[in-house]
Amino acid sequence: MLKVDGIDVFYGDLQVLWNVSLEVRENEILVLVGANGAGKSTTIKTISSLLRPDKGRITFNGHRLDQEPAHKIIGHGIVHVPEGRRLFTQMSVEENLIMGSLHGEAKPKRLETMAYVYELFPRLKERRKQLGGTLSGGEQQMLAIGRGLMSLPKLMMFDEPSLGLSPILVQNIFGIIKKISQEGVAVLLVEQNVMQTLKMCDRAYVMENGRIVMEGPGPELLENAQVKEAFLGI
Amino acid sequence: MEVFLQTLVAGILKGGLYGLIGIGMTLIMGVMGIINLAHGQLMMIAMYITYSLFQFLGIDPYVSLLISMPALFLLGMAIQKYTLNPLLEVESILPENQVLMTVGIGMVLTEIIRFAFGSDYKSVQTSYSTSTFFIGEISFSLALTVAFFIAVVFTILMFWFLLKTDMGRCIRATAQDKDAALLMGVNSKRITIITFGLGSALVAAAGSLLIPIYYLFPDIGGPFTRKAFVITILGGLGSTVGAILGGLTLGLAESFGATYIGMAFDDMIGLIIFILVLLFIPGGFKRLTKI
Repeated sequence: MLKVDGIDVFYGDLQVLWNVSLEVRENEILVLVGANGAGKSTTIKTISSLLRPDKGRITFNGHRLDQEPAHKIIGHGIVHVPEGRRLFTQMSVEENLIMGSLHGEAKPKRLETMAYVYELFPRLKERRKQLGGTLSGGEQQMLAIGRGLMSLPKLMMFDEPSLGLSPILVQNIFGIIKKISQEGVAVLLVEQNVMQTLKMCDRAYVMENGRIVMEGPGPELLENAQVKEAFLGI
Repeated sequence: MEVFLQTLVAGILKGGLYGLIGIGMTLIMGVMGIINLAHGQLMMIAMYITYSLFQFLGIDPYVSLLISMPALFLLGMAIQKYTLNPLLEVESILPENQVLMTVGIGMVLTEIIRFAFGSDYKSVQTSYSTSTFFIGEISFSLALTVAFFIAVVFTILMFWFLLKTDMGRCIRATAQDKDAALLMGVNSKRITIITFGLGSALVAAAGSLLIPIYYLFPDIGGPFTRKAFVITILGGLGSTVGAILGGLTLGLAESFGATYIGMAFDDMIGLIIFILVLLFIPGGFKRLTKI
């Protein structure tokens, strides 16, 4: 479905990704784990065209993405739920959701999808007139996910959705992500929460210093001595 | 008491127009993060369009809104597209360079008009320019009252557009978080062009509405750029509701200053209020309204 093929990415003169290749398949949950600064966020920002690779290519169902401007990516069916939620804080919950459905077939189906999102997150329905910035952390994450769902994505990319949430809320959010994937949406999840995400995913890539160093099914990596030592401290 | 009410009315009417000027600059500030220092000069262009239409074709200034606004909308879009956006492409150039560019654009516009129309003062004498009507003991300038209500209508339309349409939401979203807007599929470059066009069209409306009351000369842009700047800062950079409050405040301050202190001081009063607001509510009126 999504193929990232040998990309090099620079911030100015500083190279941060080295020959990164990965693949997301239909219906799977793919996890990208790694320490802070390993290049996980940079990778999905490059997929979203917020950054441009100097080398390599990115294709989605045969369409080349790496030369597209950032605002066109969502039209291909890829939505990026960014790190730190990045809601429109001065807009209501409802307007934030509307912002997710500006294009293509998502626009005429706006009300339908919104009803589905409210069903998934009843809390958002209660607060639909409230400003995005006044929600609690968990609610903000729900809204960020809901806003992404509004675009009727084929692939959803989550950047650290567990950041700053209590363990119960983290469970909750991971449960939702699983549910979304069961509805037929492929998921690319970037996380530092290695133990939990490796348990729930189909496959995982491990990143270190801007390179992919390991790849395999989640449970297998969980047993891997190197992963244990680097991330789990066992 | 009568003098007080009279001054209050004059201030509010003028404030409504100032609000329109301020909203245009505020929109541009909110989306692009820059102060458009050619704002008054754009208004001056609209005033000369209205003046020419009246002088040569006999078109009423209020009707000429239908021409001056679209004309300035196009001019504003062209300025953003061909002069301001290219600056963003150049590496290591700061947003401040866009501000400098607007200063240059303002000068060019002023000199073009000076070249075409000369430096002398012009005015448009309509049948209603000097007519007044009375409510109780208070006199209302007909032209200013009509201008005020048209300004209110445009302000309401603008709010409706910003709050209820997808394009309006895209403008607000870009102002709040440009990257998040990009991820949602908002073409932010296109939004900046449309926003500059809208800001220019609003200030064009204010210019055309002022024509029956004001005299006109090429350097009139500068003082209005300054007023727009004061209004935008008073409102708290980037807040449209704040801009309306800022416009009213400036209108009232000038009006009361002129009545109770002296005609020559009306600009000074406005600037004193400006300094006081900066000292005591540094976030501007935005801090009070939260919109």
